[in-house]
Amino acid sequence: MTHRSPASRTLKVDAIARVEGEGAMFVEIRDGEVHDVQLRIYEPPRFFEAFLRGRRFTEPPDITARICGICPVAYQMSACNAIEAACGVTIDGQLLELRRLLYCGEWIESHALHIYLLHAPDFLGYDNAIDLAADHAAIVERGLQLKKVGNEILELVGGRAIHPVNVRVGGFYRVPTRRELAPLRERLLWALDAARQTVSWVAGFDFPDFTHALELVALHDADGYAVLGGRLVSTRGLDIAAEEFDAHIAEEHVAHSTALHAHLLERGEYLVGPLARFALNAEQLAPDARDSASAAGLTADERNPFRSIVVRAVEIVHACAEALRIIDAYAPPEHPAEAVEPRAGVGCGWTEAPRGTLWHRYELAADGTILDARIVPPTSQNQPAIEHDLFHFVEANATLDDDALRHRCEQVIRNYDPCISCATHFLDMRVERT
Amino acid sequence: MNTPEVPRKPSIAVWKFASCDGCQLTLLDCEDDLLAVAGEVELAYFLEAGRASVGGPYDLSIVEGSITTAGDAARIREVRAMSKRLVTIGACATAGGIQALRNFGDVKEFLAIVYAQPQFISTLTDSTPIAAHVPVDFELRGCPITKTQLLEVIGAFLHGRRPNVSPHSVCVECKRAGNVCVTVAHGTPCLGPVTQAGCGALCPSYNRGCYGCFGPMENPNLPSMVQTLRYQGVDDGGVIRMLRTFNAGAPPFRDASEAIEAEARGSEA
Repeated sequence: MTHRSPASRTLKVDAIARVEGEGAMFVEIRDGEVHDVQLRIYEPPRFFEAFLRGRRFTEPPDITARICGICPVAYQMSACNAIEAACGVTIDGQLLELRRLLYCGEWIESHALHIYLLHAPDFLGYDNAIDLAADHAAIVERGLQLKKVGNEILELVGGRAIHPVNVRVGGFYRVPTRRELAPLRERLLWALDAARQTVSWVAGFDFPDFTHALELVALHDADGYAVLGGRLVSTRGLDIAAEEFDAHIAEEHVAHSTALHAHLLERGEYLVGPLARFALNAEQLAPDARDSASAAGLTADERNPFRSIVVRAVEIVHACAEALRIIDAYAPPEHPAEAVEPRAGVGCGWTEAPRGTLWHRYELAADGTILDARIVPPTSQNQPAIEHDLFHFVEANATLDDDALRHRCEQVIRNYDPCISCATHFLDMRVERT
Repeated sequence: MNTPEVPRKPSIAVWKFASCDGCQLTLLDCEDDLLAVAGEVELAYFLEAGRASVGGPYDLSIVEGSITTAGDAARIREVRAMSKRLVTIGACATAGGIQALRNFGDVKEFLAIVYAQPQFISTLTDSTPIAAHVPVDFELRGCPITKTQLLEVIGAFLHGRRPNVSPHSVCVECKRAGNVCVTVAHGTPCLGPVTQAGCGALCPSYNRGCYGCFGPMENPNLPSMVQTLRYQGVDDGGVIRMLRTFNAGAPPFRDASEAIEAEARGSEA
């Protein structure tokens, strides 16, 4: 490669690795100034919102699960919440606890996948987890086993880890007995310890000195660290119900992305996901998770997106503790599902997917036919925030050579664990210095 | 003195087209076997798992996803040209996936429903399986595929034999599992009799009818299936929706759902 003036250059990554789905990055520097940054999402659209029209109100849990193989439960749960809201049904008691248990499985599986297989290699100078395993077999093995415990919960409660079959509007098809859940206890005690070790391991990584001042947005639930519902709150005073989402957050279609960009109508870009949840709800974490967080030096004021990996590890500790609590107190509900009768109307629902808030809205006809569906996934909400981080990171690190800068920029993107399959509804990085 | 030649590890590439990532995730979900498999092969191209990419040709390409854009139709031909063997995994790659529901509708209308600026999007009118574009050596079914079948397919191709994947129906797996038949005992509509095995009869084990996520078995009797569902009280719209999910584009399911529509048009006329 010829030496070009570092004052003007273009960096590109045509296909970003270790993310879910297909995306590209483009950074253009002119005369030492960052001119343009784009996280390009070119994964082909699949039109879920279009073909949900005309389907029955009972079908979205199975159909929307197929938006994402990594967080299908998030889609199933947000869909159920929204449809149950439209039909005037509230799920509580042990059925709600079983949903929370299933969701804990997905958080453990998804976070362990991201920490060990997708993100940690960046910090330790490896290209991938297989190479990392060649030098640190025991660590990668711990990560895989942790991920496996998450999948075991999904398999037991949901039937399988990817696209669980046991979830329905109103609850489940079959609920487990206490005896069936019992073997998970031993596994979760091991996982809780492995999760604590994960927090200390990632907390020791070398983090770039970089912070942002983005508005952080997450669900908040008075009853505990929010996962299955609540109000959407932020570090700048947002406090809304699911039905008000539309009035505060708009999606915009930009040319370089098949994902729609979301922004707050009053204030612009914002951030959802682990860092936001921790900033807004840290005091509600399970005691084990709070202890791990303080030992790792995390506070609610944490604004370094590179340290989101530590928050993910803390959330695994929390999910393991929650799962144990649920299993210990479990008494099988009398019926596997509440009866849900369709009625004409609109229902909105949301949950905290591993990557952040996932909102669904359905309009139903009186006979239960879906007239309209809208889905806003976390990655499309975070895409403007990722571009914001890229812009400021490149600005502060423009002296790095192309390879180092490109590598760091990919890391900036991976901080958000972007799920591009979700957001399209693929990342390709290019840096242009002219 | 001659040094003995070290045998080269077979190279595997994993490719993604329109899909949810779930089938390639199944490889990463082989937690107990992943490092062992990685020791036996060279994962030469696997974007989801790593940055390093080794150029082709590859001994085995594993392809996830369906073809929905002109660019992807060209890319799959390049992948085929670089691959000694090519295996497709999952309902998207083998039948067009859930996104093949567009094949029954108007894609322009779909675009306008989802995107405010449809002119930014390029897409084909149909979602088609990989085999509609290039020769495929083996199709592994499922939405998603199962781990054990994926490991069997990789093992078989590395050793130059046919994969041992049964083409019989879910009913056979149900009997082996000792499940009570959900149709006979509870009158629950179930696609098990026409759906290929491989999931372990999961849905009936959870007290629900099979919803066909592994697609049609070998030689399914769809007319008889449709008759049974009607007998159970499922209306024609309901039967069409059951056949039009993750394998809507698989010919037996597609033809049966279109036959019901044609029948309805005939009786109107």
